[in-house]
Amino acid sequence: MTIHVLLFGHYRDAAPSEAEGGAFPVTLADGATVADLAKQLAAQEPRLADLLVRTRIAVRAEFAAPETILQEGDEVAFLPPMSGG
Amino acid sequence: MILLTEEPLNPDDAVRAVMTHTDGAYVQFVGVVRSHARGRTVTALEYQAYVPMAEAQMRRIAEQARERWGLACSILHRFGYIPVGEAAVVVCVASAHRAEAFDACRWVIDTVKAEVPIWKKEFANDGTYWIEGEEALPASAS
Repeated sequence: MTIHVLLFGHYRDAAPSEAEGGAFPVTLADGATVADLAKQLAAQEPRLADLLVRTRIAVRAEFAAPETILQEGDEVAFLPPMSGG
Repeated sequence: MILLTEEPLNPDDAVRAVMTHTDGAYVQFVGVVRSHARGRTVTALEYQAYVPMAEAQMRRIAEQARERWGLACSILHRFGYIPVGEAAVVVCVASAHRAEAFDACRWVIDTVKAEVPIWKKEFANDGTYWIEGEEALPASAS
């Protein structure tokens, strides 16, 4: 299945070069979780190794847990500590 | 009033959106880009937002303020490039009395900073940094 990943903050600097606005697709096995996705991203790019430690997760723009099982077409955002205001 | 925009903010809009004739007070917070942070000289900030989720979170926070204090609340946040001296965020709450207006305004801005997916990139005299919570991480040149 295809998952759409969104990176923010300094993680966006580690996104694949073809990613526009920090967004890029990732292919995962059916039944994969957010944690599986994070593991795959970490294996491809060392700068993404601490996603599960430092970021909150949103699936389809709602906060979600690492064990959330993903569905085809889901948008998964990794949200570092926020700094608005 | 909930607004997430790349355009300059008008704090008066936030007041007009919440004040009614039964309100005796409004409290407004305006967060402005300042020229110094963490010992560095800052020339500008660039705010990055996860727009659909940020708007939903801003709406949720305003709704929570209404449930908790029974008052209307405006939350305006600008994103993109913002020069020193211009407003990045505006919160305004209107109330019959000042005490709950101060409490609610303080709670709303604190919650916006922690729960709305927006990040700032700081352009400083010695480089560019992503601000993530209390941390400043070097950003790649762009």
